[in-house]
Amino acid sequence: MLPKRTLPVLSLVVLLVVWQALASYINSGLLPAPATVATVFWLEFMTGQLPYHLGVTLLRLLVSFSIAMLLGCAIGIALGRNKKMDAFFDNWLVISLNVPALVTIILCYVWFGLIESAAILAVVVNKLPNVIVTIREGTRRLDQDLLEMASSFNFSKHKTLLHVIWPQLHPFVMGATRSGLALIWKIILVVELLGRSNGMGYQLHLFFQLFDVASILAYTIAFVAVIQLIEVMILKPLDKKSLRWRR
Amino acid sequence: MSAIEINIHSKTYPAIDQVGVHLAIKNLKLSIKSGEFVCLVGPSGSGKTTLLNIIAKLDKDYVGEIAVGRYNAQSKIGCIFQNPRLLPWRTVRENIELVLDTSQSLAIVDELLEVMQLTDSQQVYPERLSLGMSRRVSIIRAFAIEPDVLLMDEPFVSLDAPTARQVRELLLKLWQNRPHTVLFVTHDLREAITLADRLIFLSARPMSVVSEIVVTIPRAERHNESVVEVFRQRLLNDYPEIKQLL
Repeated sequence: MLPKRTLPVLSLVVLLVVWQALASYINSGLLPAPATVATVFWLEFMTGQLPYHLGVTLLRLLVSFSIAMLLGCAIGIALGRNKKMDAFFDNWLVISLNVPALVTIILCYVWFGLIESAAILAVVVNKLPNVIVTIREGTRRLDQDLLEMASSFNFSKHKTLLHVIWPQLHPFVMGATRSGLALIWKIILVVELLGRSNGMGYQLHLFFQLFDVASILAYTIAFVAVIQLIEVMILKPLDKKSLRWRR
Repeated sequence: MSAIEINIHSKTYPAIDQVGVHLAIKNLKLSIKSGEFVCLVGPSGSGKTTLLNIIAKLDKDYVGEIAVGRYNAQSKIGCIFQNPRLLPWRTVRENIELVLDTSQSLAIVDELLEVMQLTDSQQVYPERLSLGMSRRVSIIRAFAIEPDVLLMDEPFVSLDAPTARQVRELLLKLWQNRPHTVLFVTHDLREAITLADRLIFLSARPMSVVSEIVVTIPRAERHNESVVEVFRQRLLNDYPEIKQLL
């Protein structure tokens, strides 16, 4: 029996072996071998190209993600607590959920020009409805008993939010964060491809025109690694800390 | 300590079919003396919890007046709910400290934990506690704010008999250390006789007062179950109308 820990490592090794075998079999520039991709990765890294574009994209990710989460939580809590407001805005929410990402991006660029704030806005508008829906769901499921307890002990609004409401919303916020990261970084690449002159999306577009598959793969791997790092270094510890009270 | 004057003309709920209304409380008048321990006894579903919610100002949708304390001075009301309603993400101690005013000293928490025999469990999260322990924590929480009025909604229901008796004795000890007005809802007549200065019997819906009976057994003799039982039998004989409420 293999220890459980070695399984994830083993699965990566198998993936590399399969990749290598396929590449040797096809033997074409359209599927470069892992070693070739690694070399490109190293070169791009040393010239500073990859860190620069990756950094630009991550910055956009951070800004648009923060705006979408903050706004989404506020609006989601408001809609979850106020039935009239919810009844009014529900249609807006459904419509905005169903507008294709590409349409929002194009409209933002057409209306506001090919500028940075239009790019950020496009990402936020795409992500916001998802956050609102998730947080609204969480707010609707708030434990009425605990809220009554808080008001019977005269908790201030701030105290109620921090100690009674927020911990109950936490799983929903984490869910929105995870699905948000995955969604946002995919949208950001499209936004960059369509109207920015830096960032991962822009670079990928360039490599596409050159049919430079090795560079495309090298950038992809860098990006996936960073997102994985965020999960392991930030999200998992947050989960662990906030769920320590569970049996 | 605070006296309570209750005069509820009516309390209604919307009926399930959305047509018409459900009358929960009708012409309920009660006056509770300052420092009195009163048990409200009535059939389940009669609206006792609704009444407590109204007194605790959790429910403001009724016709009538409630006066707690004198000259509108702010009376502190402590609630002990049917379920302990502890915050699962805070330890026992944190749950209690959270309800304190910033001006209050934390010494009272240690003292109450000691009385309720929970000192060793103060760093435990509520999900790891037994129901009896959770109940005790929720009692401590209500006592910790040093309330003028304490509202208790069947706090010992679904505890096994020895645990219930133990917690009941601890409750009386706390109450005697620091007297305040108590409204205690129960449908267990023996429990009510053991605890109360006065029993108030409430009817099924729409709820109103059926009879009020002063418990004449001296407090020192109430731990004797046969004394309580004799009193109970006499009550049931003397007031046949309360039989159907139990």
